[in-house]
Amino acid sequence: MSRIPPSHLDAAAVNRGLRGRVAIAGAATYGCGEAPGMDDMTLLVRAAQAAVADAGLTMQDIDGLATCSVNASMWPMPVIEHLGINPTYVDGTMIGGSSFIAHLLPAIRALEAGQCKAVLVCYGSAQRSATFGRKESIAARRFLDPQPYEFPYEPVLPVTAYALAAARHMHEFGTTRRQLAEVAVAARAWAQKNPEAFMRDPLSIDEVLAARPIASPLTVRDCCLVTDGGGAIVLTRAERARDLPRPPVYVLGNATAVWHRQISCMPDLTTTAAAQSGAQAFAMAGMRAADMDMAQVYDAFTINTILFLEDLGFCAKGEGGAFVQDGGIAPGGRLAVNTNGGGLSCVHPGMYGIFALIEAVRQLRGEAGARQLPIHRTAVVHGNGGTLSSQSTAILGTFDTL
Amino acid sequence: MQMSAQTHYQAELDAGRFCIQQCPACERHVFAPRELCPHCGAGGLRWVRASGLGTVYSTSTIARKQDAGGNHNVALIDLDEGVRMMSRVEGLVPEAVTIGLRVQAHVGQKDGRGLVLFTPVAQGGAA
Ligand SMILES: [Zn+2]
Repeated sequence: MSRIPPSHLDAAAVNRGLRGRVAIAGAATYGCGEAPGMDDMTLLVRAAQAAVADAGLTMQDIDGLATCSVNASMWPMPVIEHLGINPTYVDGTMIGGSSFIAHLLPAIRALEAGQCKAVLVCYGSAQRSATFGRKESIAARRFLDPQPYEFPYEPVLPVTAYALAAARHMHEFGTTRRQLAEVAVAARAWAQKNPEAFMRDPLSIDEVLAARPIASPLTVRDCCLVTDGGGAIVLTRAERARDLPRPPVYVLGNATAVWHRQISCMPDLTTTAAAQSGAQAFAMAGMRAADMDMAQVYDAFTINTILFLEDLGFCAKGEGGAFVQDGGIAPGGRLAVNTNGGGLSCVHPGMYGIFALIEAVRQLRGEAGARQLPIHRTAVVHGNGGTLSSQSTAILGTFDTL
Repeated sequence: MQMSAQTHYQAELDAGRFCIQQCPACERHVFAPRELCPHCGAGGLRWVRASGLGTVYSTSTIARKQDAGGNHNVALIDLDEGVRMMSRVEGLVPEAVTIGLRVQAHVGQKDGRGLVLFTPVAQGGAA
């Protein structure tokens, strides 16, 4: 039954020359957690303003923009209006939560081509606090993004899609509920070291297992938070980034892959398109999973982390459960994963990708406070969108890795 | 007036028939309904009656309050024709639906429209 679509182009070879040519020169979050009274645009603009200032630039220096929203299909236009900029490069690609990671490679091309000099990648969502919140947004999307072969069965998306993937992973590989719970517990342990994280109470495996069932095998503690939050980064060519105040974080590789939309059309629920985006991003960077000092992966649900650690090459397919077991990805474990607490415990305002990028930047710059990793030269950042539908992988590194 | 693939699929269901598409070029079956064969790119997919026999590929029990109808099953079914679809397995409690279970389709109804649903194949039945 498995029918993974063929890919005809060696994207890594095509993009190899762009390795390290662009750097993240600024990064910031704003209003993560609960921001009552705020709306999507306000959170975005305040995060953008902080990221531009962090880069040592002014908003008038921004001549490239990449942004998208779950609620507004023409989102770049009001964002440009609010920021008061006149960009020569605009990217409104919307492929769900992986979008802001997928925005990297086109921006790198535009910067290299001289089409623009500074690209702002930005996001804001008040989905926890806004009056047009998550419930209304989901109802509206039933009409705007129909899934006519799934909706009649009332699957409660997206969680049911991830539950079906988790059930299949357990069936094929013997992955256990306790191993899934390990992912949530590790995320919480990292969150406890991060003052910005929304949920910081202690969490045990038994508490995850005993939490309210949502869609078997997942309980509410296997599911990401619903928070507010804004995030933004600024990209410039590497030479310019070296003249700016903050330590540049170089983009060594990036690739995006999309295989389906509806979970029923996913070729094989235990192998995601991260196997393609990851392989291409690592090849562009000339690196492997073993070279990574950390992994910041899109943990919308506990199964995500296991699937992505496998598909990105940190362990063999089916061995993700064993990899995360016994605190494998918790502080002090075999691999530092989602060091901010991730979407499970830190922040998840609908699309998490930008926050994974920002956490990698903070770690690579050595400014992650109590959760700072002693060795922090390389990071893989991985984004996911839809129902395991879109996957984008970025490899980031410090100056030493060029 | 021409019919979209979705309209055709639903019209057949409303008439009590479960049909899926088959590619005239590569002969493979196709689901979900669409315009082009995802295997070879050919158009003009034809409609054929599905056998309705399949196997549960994955399953989940969705928690729902009693007054909203209680827990219900959502499953992915691999039809013997080699395609996968979302549906629901009935005739047993949601928690008893298991991966690998052999199931048989029938056309039920929801809000007056036809809907493909599955029940377990009787022991010793078609496999
Ligand atoms: Zn064909």
